[in-house]
Amino acid sequence: MITYFFIFLAVLAIASGLAMVISKNTVNSALFLVLNMVSLSGLYLLLQAQFMAVIQVLVYAGAIMVLFLFVIMLLNVDDEQSLFNKFRIKYFVAFLFGVGVFTQLIYSIGSFSNTLPVVSEKMAQVGTVEAVGDVLFTKYLLPFELTAILLTAAVVGALIVAQHKIKPAREE
Amino acid sequence: MLGIDWYLALSAILFCIGMIGVLIRKNAIVIFMCVELMLNAVNLSLISFSSHYGNIDGQILVFFALAVAAAEAVVGLAIIIAIFRNNLSVDISRVNLLRW
Repeated sequence: MITYFFIFLAVLAIASGLAMVISKNTVNSALFLVLNMVSLSGLYLLLQAQFMAVIQVLVYAGAIMVLFLFVIMLLNVDDEQSLFNKFRIKYFVAFLFGVGVFTQLIYSIGSFSNTLPVVSEKMAQVGTVEAVGDVLFTKYLLPFELTAILLTAAVVGALIVAQHKIKPAREE
Repeated sequence: MLGIDWYLALSAILFCIGMIGVLIRKNAIVIFMCVELMLNAVNLSLISFSSHYGNIDGQILVFFALAVAAAEAVVGLAIIIAIFRNNLSVDISRVNLLRW
């Protein structure tokens, strides 16, 4: 049963990732990315990481993608018309790079194939919110608070960058 | 129960899709979304390692990666808006501010 769920979610994730890269309309590719993130959160549930699955939907599919969609709607980006219309050397080189990296990754996974463990028995207790919070607020307390400072700095920096008045270059 | 290899292979496939997207697209927002896809692929491999070894540290690492990704998205989108105000375009082949 878990195998069937995994195959379904994996096919969904790969198909929505490909559709995100290929689709011409920017809004469509953002929505495909939301589908990809939801299917990844299902995979986290299969791995018994419940807290991370919830956070994935809340933060990624909820907050970050809403930000992306807001920017797309605000800028009113026109579609790329000449995507895959004609053969370009750029696409070929990019595809070659992708296949090369994929082959390396698969080779390194395959060479460790028999030494890797199966799902640990104690994972049912490990993945809950309680366990994550327990480690987060004791062992990783300083990085957690640094995260707060990082987020504050990012928001202030974004405000300064986006509010700065620049004269458009075309008016001159 | 499935072995860890399947999750790692799926993570590798998603990472390569994101990488090809970064290389071939010209729209800056889509390039950002492809970077998010690559971050998600790495998160999947971290969570599968964490789950298969029964160790919580990988999930904590995913938590921090998520916070950093949120900060990166905020700053990156602000930069895209600033570039759009200057150039009236988000096509990265038309941005030549730093071109030598």
